[in-house]
Amino acid sequence: MPRTYLALNRFGLGWRAGDAPPPRDVAAMLAADLKAYDPAPQSLAALAPRRVAVETFKNYRDDRRAARAGEAMGMGTDPEVIARDVRVHYLDAAAARLQQAAATDTPFAERLVHFWSNHFAVSVQSLPVAALAGDFENAAVRPHIMGKFGDLLKAAVLHPAMLLFLDQAQSVGPASLLAQRVGARADAGEGRRIGLNENLAREILELHTLGVNGGYAQADVTAFARALTGWTVAGLGQRPDQLLRRMGVNAAPGDAVFVPAMHEPGAQRILGKSYGGEGRTQALAVLDDLARHPSTARHIATKLARHFAADTPPPALIAKLERAYVDSSGDLPTLYRTLIDAPEAWQTAAPKFKTPWDWTVSMLRATGIKQLPDRRGAVGALAQLGQPIWQPGSPAGFDDIADRWAGASGLMLRAELASRVAGGIAARTDPRSWGAAMMADAAGEATLTAIARADSPAQGVVLALMAPEFLRR
Amino acid sequence: MTIILPRRRLLALAGASAVTATLPGLAWGAAATPKRLVFIIQRGAADGLALVPPVGDPALGGLRGALLAEATPGAKLDGMFALHHELTGTAAMFAAKEARIVHAVATAYRDRSHFDGQNILESGGTAPYARKDGWLNRMLGLLPPGEARAVGIAAAVPLALRGSHDAANYAPSRLPGIDEDLLMRLSQLYGGDAQLGPIWQQAVETKELAGDIGGNNGRNGTQLGELAARLMAGNDGARVMMIETGGWDTHSRQQQRLGVQARGLDALLVALKAGLAAEWANILVIVATEFGRTAAVNGTGGTDHGTASALFLLGGNLRGGGKVQADWPGLSAAALYEGRDLRPTASLEIEVSSAIAAHYGLEARAVKRALYPDLA
Repeated sequence: MPRTYLALNRFGLGWRAGDAPPPRDVAAMLAADLKAYDPAPQSLAALAPRRVAVETFKNYRDDRRAARAGEAMGMGTDPEVIARDVRVHYLDAAAARLQQAAATDTPFAERLVHFWSNHFAVSVQSLPVAALAGDFENAAVRPHIMGKFGDLLKAAVLHPAMLLFLDQAQSVGPASLLAQRVGARADAGEGRRIGLNENLAREILELHTLGVNGGYAQADVTAFARALTGWTVAGLGQRPDQLLRRMGVNAAPGDAVFVPAMHEPGAQRILGKSYGGEGRTQALAVLDDLARHPSTARHIATKLARHFAADTPPPALIAKLERAYVDSSGDLPTLYRTLIDAPEAWQTAAPKFKTPWDWTVSMLRATGIKQLPDRRGAVGALAQLGQPIWQPGSPAGFDDIADRWAGASGLMLRAELASRVAGGIAARTDPRSWGAAMMADAAGEATLTAIARADSPAQGVVLALMAPEFLRR
Repeated sequence: MTIILPRRRLLALAGASAVTATLPGLAWGAAATPKRLVFIIQRGAADGLALVPPVGDPALGGLRGALLAEATPGAKLDGMFALHHELTGTAAMFAAKEARIVHAVATAYRDRSHFDGQNILESGGTAPYARKDGWLNRMLGLLPPGEARAVGIAAAVPLALRGSHDAANYAPSRLPGIDEDLLMRLSQLYGGDAQLGPIWQQAVETKELAGDIGGNNGRNGTQLGELAARLMAGNDGARVMMIETGGWDTHSRQQQRLGVQARGLDALLVALKAGLAAEWANILVIVATEFGRTAAVNGTGGTDHGTASALFLLGGNLRGGGKVQADWPGLSAAALYEGRDLRPTASLEIEVSSAIAAHYGLEARAVKRALYPDLA
C-alpha cells in the first residue's frame, strides 16, 4: 500500500518541491502536522481586515441606493467600479488561500481547513458575502478546527458571511418588537412587512449538523428559526443603521450582532426539548445540543470518511469515527487521529479522484510555481476547471465524489493547464526524478516509463501531472 | 493559435503580468546594425533522413522501404539529397540560395534521451545538466547592448535563452497547447484505467487541436511565423528570438505525422520571411533538433531515437546558401553508428558557432569559445 503517497496526497495536499522524502512513520508525521498547526498563518496577515472590506461594500450599497432613488451620484462614483472593488477583496483572499495551501508546512491541517470551510459553505455569488468570504474562513473556521465541533459550529453559522448568505440577517421574529412597529407602519401603508426566514435554521439542521435524515421535522425548523431571530449583521442587513442605533445596537458595520428587538419572544420546542432561555442564549443552547446529537456524530463521521477513504465510505470507518465523536463530545483532533489510525483510511481499492482544487494545489506544491498561468490568476483557473473558490452551487458545498469531477472536458482542461504550467518549469526540471519524487511509492512502472520516454521535459512534466496516480489521492 | 498582437501590445501585456514571465527592463532604442537571429528548436528528435532524404544513397530504400513507398518525391537538392515534399517553401528558399543544410550533424551528446539531448542542445554544454545557462544567452554578450533584445515564444524563457543576460518570453494564450502526440501518450497512459480511459477517449474525440505547428492544415505554423515576424519588426523589435516546436518524436505513423510537422515548419518559415519583408536580408534562422532517428523503419511505421540529423540554416543573405553540406557517412550496415543510426560527421556546435560568426562578422574562434566553452 503506497502509504507515503496517501499521507502526502490523501491526508496532505501533495509533495512540495524540494522537500525530502517523508519519514517511514507517516502516521507520526501526520500527527505532528496536527500539533504544529498555526490557526493564523503569516501569509494571511496581509489581507485587508473585515472592516475595510465591509466599508467597500457599504460604499457600493449606498451608491446603489442613491442611484436607485434617482439622486445625483455624489462624487460621480460608478457603482460598477465599486462592485469591482468589493470583488477585489474576494480575489485577494482567494489567491492568498491558494498560496497558503501551496506553501504550508502543515498540509493535513490545511486540508481540514478546506474540508470544514466546504462543510459550512458560503457562496461569493452575493456581493456582501464576496467581501466577507475570506474572513469567514480565516476568522470563523481556522481558529476552531482543532477544538470541539460545537464551537466551530457556532463560530461558522453566526459569522456575518453565513448570516448574510442564508438570509438570517433579515429574519425577524413575527412577534418581536421590531415586527410590531414595522407592521403598524405597514398597516398604515408605509414600507413593507418583515418576518421570519427559515433558511439558516433549515441548512444548519440538514447540512451542518443532523443531516437530511437526521430526525427533524418542519416544526423543528420553524421553531429553530424563531430561536435564531435577533442574530443579524450590523450595517449591512435590510435594516438601516439608524434603526438599529435607535434600538440601542451599537456594533461596527459588518459585525454579527444580536438585536433583542428582532428576537421572537418566548420558549421554542425543538427536537422534543423546550428552550426557554430567551435572547441571545436561546439559539446558542440549541446549537450546543445539536452538536451533541447522535445524528450529528453520524453525519460528520460519514462526511469525514467520504473525504478521506472513498466516495462510498466504509461502514466500519464511519462507525469508528462516530464512536470517537460521541466519546470525545465532538473533539475534532480525536476524529483526525482516528482517521490516521484507521486502516480503512489507507485503502486504495477505490481511491479518491482529486477535485480541481486538490489537483491544482498539489500541482502548485510539486512545481513550486507561485502563480497559475491564467490571466485571471488562481480564481480564474479554478473557475475554469469547475470549482471556483468559495462559490459552490449550493449551501451543501462542493461535491466530494468522483462522478462530479471526473469528466471529459474537465480532464482536457487539466491537461491544457498542465501543459502551460509545464512550459514554465521544464527548463529547470528533470521530469524523471521529479515525477518519481512527487508520486513516491504510488508511482507505477507504466507512468515512470511514459515520463522517461516523453519527447521533451515539458511533455514529461505534463505526463506526470496528468498521470493516473497523480490525478487521485 | 489565434494571435493578433501588435508589437506595442506585447510590451503592455508583458508589463501587466498577462504573460507568464517578465520582460526585463530594457531600453529598447534604435540599434547600430540590423542583424537578427532566430533559433527554432525541434523538440522530440526530428528525422533528418526524412526531412532531407539522401535519395542517392543505395541503402536508403532497404532501410526506409515502407516509408519511401508511400512518400511523394520532394524537390531534388543535388545528386544525393532531396527535401521532404511538404517543404515547398523551404525548397524555393534553397533554390534562391537562402537556405543551407548541414547533414549528418549532431551535438556532443551520444545517448538517446530527449531530456538530456535537449539539455545539451540548449545549454551548449557537453554533459547533461552540467550548465545552467544557454548558448543563445551567452551569445547576447557578444552583441552591442542595443542589439541584445531577446524573446522566446514559449511559456517561459527556454533554457537556451537563460543566463546572465536579459531575455523575455512571450506566451500567446494558447501556447504551447496540446499537440496530437501528447494526446496519444495520455491515451496510452489511461488505456488500462477503467475510469480514466473512457473519459479521456471522449475528451480526445471532441478536442480541437491547437498546439501542433502543423495543425489546422499548417495554419498554426503560419500564425507562429507571423507572430515571430511581428515581434521582430521595426527598430525596437526583438533581435534574437527562439521559437519552440514539438511533435517530432515520430515512433509511429511517421509518414502522416511527419508530413504534418513538415508542413507546419514550412509554413512557419514562409510566414516569417513574408512578415519580415526587407528585413529577411538581415536574418539568420537556425533550425535544429536534439538528435536524429534510427536509419531503419521500426515495426509501427515510425522510427526510434537515433543520433545524427540535419541542421537548417536560412536567411536572405546567407553564406553558402543553396547547398547541402555533408561529409556523407553512408547508410550501409557497416557505416551506421552503433549499427542503427546515421553516423555524425559534423559538429552541430561548430556549424552553429561558425554560421553565427559569419552572420555577425565576428571572429569564429571567439564565438565558439563564448557559445560552447566546454567544447574541446
